[in-house]
Amino acid sequence: MKYIGEHLLPGQFGQFFLVLSLVASLVAMIAYFKSTNSRDLATAESWKKIGRFSFGIDIFSVFAIFGIIFFIISNHYFEYYYSWNHSDKSLEPKFLLSSIWEGQEGSFLLWAFWQAVLGLILMKTAKKWEAPVMTVMSFAQVTLATMLLGLYIFDLKIGNNPFMLTRHAFQDLPVFNRADYLSLPRFQDGNGLNQLLQNYWMVIHPPILFLGFASTIVPFAYAVAGLWKKDYSSWSKDLLPWSLFSAAILGLGIMMGAKWAYESLNFGGYWAWDPVENASLVPWLLLVAGIHTNIIFNSTGHSLRATYLFYILSFLLVLYSTYLTRSGDLQETSVHAFVNEGMNWQLRAFVFVFLVPSLILFAIRFKGIPNIQKEENTWSREFWMFIGSLVLFLSSLAIIVPTSFPIFNKVFGTNLAIGAEPEFAYNRIQVFVAIIIGILTAVTQYLKYKNTGKEQVRKKLLLPTVISLAISAAISIFGGITYDKFGIGFLIAIHVAIFASVYSVVANAGYIWSGLNGKLKAAGASVGHMGFALFLIGVLISSAKKEVLSINYLNPLNFGSDAKEKGVENLTLFQGVKTDMGKYWATYVRDTSAENGKYMYFHILMERKDNKDSFVLYPDLIKNTKGQEGFSNNPDSRHYLHKDIFSYISYADKMQEGEDTAQYKSINVNAKDTLFYSAGFMILDSVGLNLSNDRAQFTRNDTAVVARLTVVPFNSKKKIVAHPYLLIKNNEIIQVPDTIISQGLAVKLNRLSDGKRFEMGVKESNRLTPFVALKVLQFPMINLVWIGTVIMIFGFVMSMFRRIKLL
Amino acid sequence: MKKTHIALLVCIAAVIMVLLSFMGDLSTYETLASARQKEGKTVTVIAQLDKSYEKPIEYDAAKNPNLTQFYVTDSLGNKAKVMYYFEKPMDMEKSARIVLKGKMKGDVFEITQKDGILIKCPSKYKGDPKAASNNLSQN
Repeated sequence: MKYIGEHLLPGQFGQFFLVLSLVASLVAMIAYFKSTNSRDLATAESWKKIGRFSFGIDIFSVFAIFGIIFFIISNHYFEYYYSWNHSDKSLEPKFLLSSIWEGQEGSFLLWAFWQAVLGLILMKTAKKWEAPVMTVMSFAQVTLATMLLGLYIFDLKIGNNPFMLTRHAFQDLPVFNRADYLSLPRFQDGNGLNQLLQNYWMVIHPPILFLGFASTIVPFAYAVAGLWKKDYSSWSKDLLPWSLFSAAILGLGIMMGAKWAYESLNFGGYWAWDPVENASLVPWLLLVAGIHTNIIFNSTGHSLRATYLFYILSFLLVLYSTYLTRSGDLQETSVHAFVNEGMNWQLRAFVFVFLVPSLILFAIRFKGIPNIQKEENTWSREFWMFIGSLVLFLSSLAIIVPTSFPIFNKVFGTNLAIGAEPEFAYNRIQVFVAIIIGILTAVTQYLKYKNTGKEQVRKKLLLPTVISLAISAAISIFGGITYDKFGIGFLIAIHVAIFASVYSVVANAGYIWSGLNGKLKAAGASVGHMGFALFLIGVLISSAKKEVLSINYLNPLNFGSDAKEKGVENLTLFQGVKTDMGKYWATYVRDTSAENGKYMYFHILMERKDNKDSFVLYPDLIKNTKGQEGFSNNPDSRHYLHKDIFSYISYADKMQEGEDTAQYKSINVNAKDTLFYSAGFMILDSVGLNLSNDRAQFTRNDTAVVARLTVVPFNSKKKIVAHPYLLIKNNEIIQVPDTIISQGLAVKLNRLSDGKRFEMGVKESNRLTPFVALKVLQFPMINLVWIGTVIMIFGFVMSMFRRIKLL
Repeated sequence: MKKTHIALLVCIAAVIMVLLSFMGDLSTYETLASARQKEGKTVTVIAQLDKSYEKPIEYDAAKNPNLTQFYVTDSLGNKAKVMYYFEKPMDMEKSARIVLKGKMKGDVFEITQKDGILIKCPSKYKGDPKAASNNLSQN
């Protein structure tokens, strides 16, 4: 059949470049392999030329694929499944980019894109290492290209093709029997982008993170190259800027993800030890361990074997994390994990094709890697740096093992799961890592390589130690850190960790001044450590002093011994009613909607009871996309220098669809009669003409019949008075009901039925007045988390430039 | 003995301690029936909403925003009522599966951690092919 209105040309080009990139990277790999293994210089050179040329074609193809996908999405060609499934016409241009990386195909493409860019730089700079390193890079390009292939070999599916047509994705739908299917209304717009990803962090976080992931291959490739060529150590200086770059970018990418989670998810924080988060953190820890052992080797000749191991593992864990997050095997433990798309065998293979050869090579060559028999001096920098790297390694093990429980369960048929406190399970271990790393980063720089004069170290460390003891004691005493949920032991560990982090900040600042005489050029390490330590302080204080402000004092469940853990975190606010929220008065003032009801903003006025501060929070609800009903909540924070006040809407009556169906029930009553409703009763006190009350003032010209009711709720001693009335104006009778919001009750006076009796209308509904259930949290010192991260990244970059200069 | 050996020994000891501490409070995947037998112990159960109730989820934020009660059934057909002392997760009605982490207390499964509930929607983060296909079959 000839379909009308399809734009098939871009897809055909795309298809062509997909195949071309696979073939070109395959040729590049073979050529570079030949070049590496040939003894003859001229042959090696000519193979290398072929390799460069082919890799160049690969780079061009990947760029072209990327461009074509963006072209298809931005032109809204919904005949392409990727465009239809991940975008719609209402998206702002920047979010069209996010559409590319919403799906697995796009994120693999992003990876291939960065790897191509890195390959380009390596071809220019790697010199004698070019051939073996580029062999590994080209091989990685081959594996990524297969992820986008979308071919079936018998029943085996290889990759997901981003240029698949919608009508191929759903072959069985009858709609595709029509040649003009594209003109149908349902093809006029796409399925849309997940509402949670429509956030500016999601435009930049994935590219940065994938650059980080992609760059971890460089240390891996150098390590493999060194083992392969039996040239074990001459790469170690060349590589260092690359490793520093990778650690900087990967760290930045992870923390941008944390910032996104903090700003747009509702678990109330920036880190939840979710498997997807863990899986990206672990390679970073290993990479940082590798950087430290690499530096040790450059200065002393120790720790080369460990360097190899850390660099290789770091990349392998990136692959493993790819498998974890995309295979669907983490469905039961992760909020973020992708669903299974039938690519599991390929994702597993992706890990194994790198894991098996690299570890075998490492094992075979292990004995050959130079190793100094004489051991490090205790008063040497390298000894303690090595201990630090080892601690990072152990820390990464302690994270990846529990994260992998679902995989163990799958392989060994066990049924392990992390216990009742998933976050504490990690925190109680990592707090000790923080203590050790804090102290090591404080002290170690004052030691010199090989050996150090003890007196000298003591003298130089004295002042920083005293200062940081004073500061951290002040924090401990006046900071009000009393997080005893997990016992006194953990609380003490937190305090010690705060000391260790403060110590690291002070000692590193001191080292720039006393050790380096203020020479900032060489201070990358000190700056990086200082940033990391500031980050730790931020983490410790913002978590330990995290506080729920919206404690629900009215909650009837809030009694008993385990009251602390039961049902107190949300507070219901009725529109216009000033409600007690601990130190604040909170009022749900109004709500506004934007972009055709896509966003609903709730204006919550927060006033401190001591009148020192008042501000408005704007948490919002975003309408779900992709044809799903319902909403997602999107937090809003009030930022202060020393804290954030973070809020989100847990529930709003606006989320209910349809009209309020509750009806008034009519009842005839006499004065002094008692009427029951579901949560109490009310008494009709009196009915009179023009009875002025706090709701309405009447003058002589008015004619109003006013009823006075006393409402007595069962669960409260406080009586409420209501004044519904009838207003007679221009020969018309207007009923003016009164509502008692807290009781979900509306009463009105219908008419005088006969002589003394009155007909009243009573309605019970939870939708009389708009309300929200709100959660408000306070994160003290959370800015230190972000500032610390930025400083740490800055430190990495400083070191990188310095190491490039020193080459 | 070399210092590096001592360091390694310390590390091994640390690893063992960490493993033991994890083993100490590991939870296991259970069915609702086996969870009943381990009353008071934290367990993980994979279940789904019991659609035999007209309203499987009860949550009235106007009256109490901190209690979500719902009914679940597991793959073996065991049923239980769940009390979750937090707001109702947003996509709960649409969930295909719910992973619960909590304790059985009498006939009620109690969850006292906010992250003790993990909603698995077919649509989370990633288009559900079936939903997508439904979308294309309508109008």
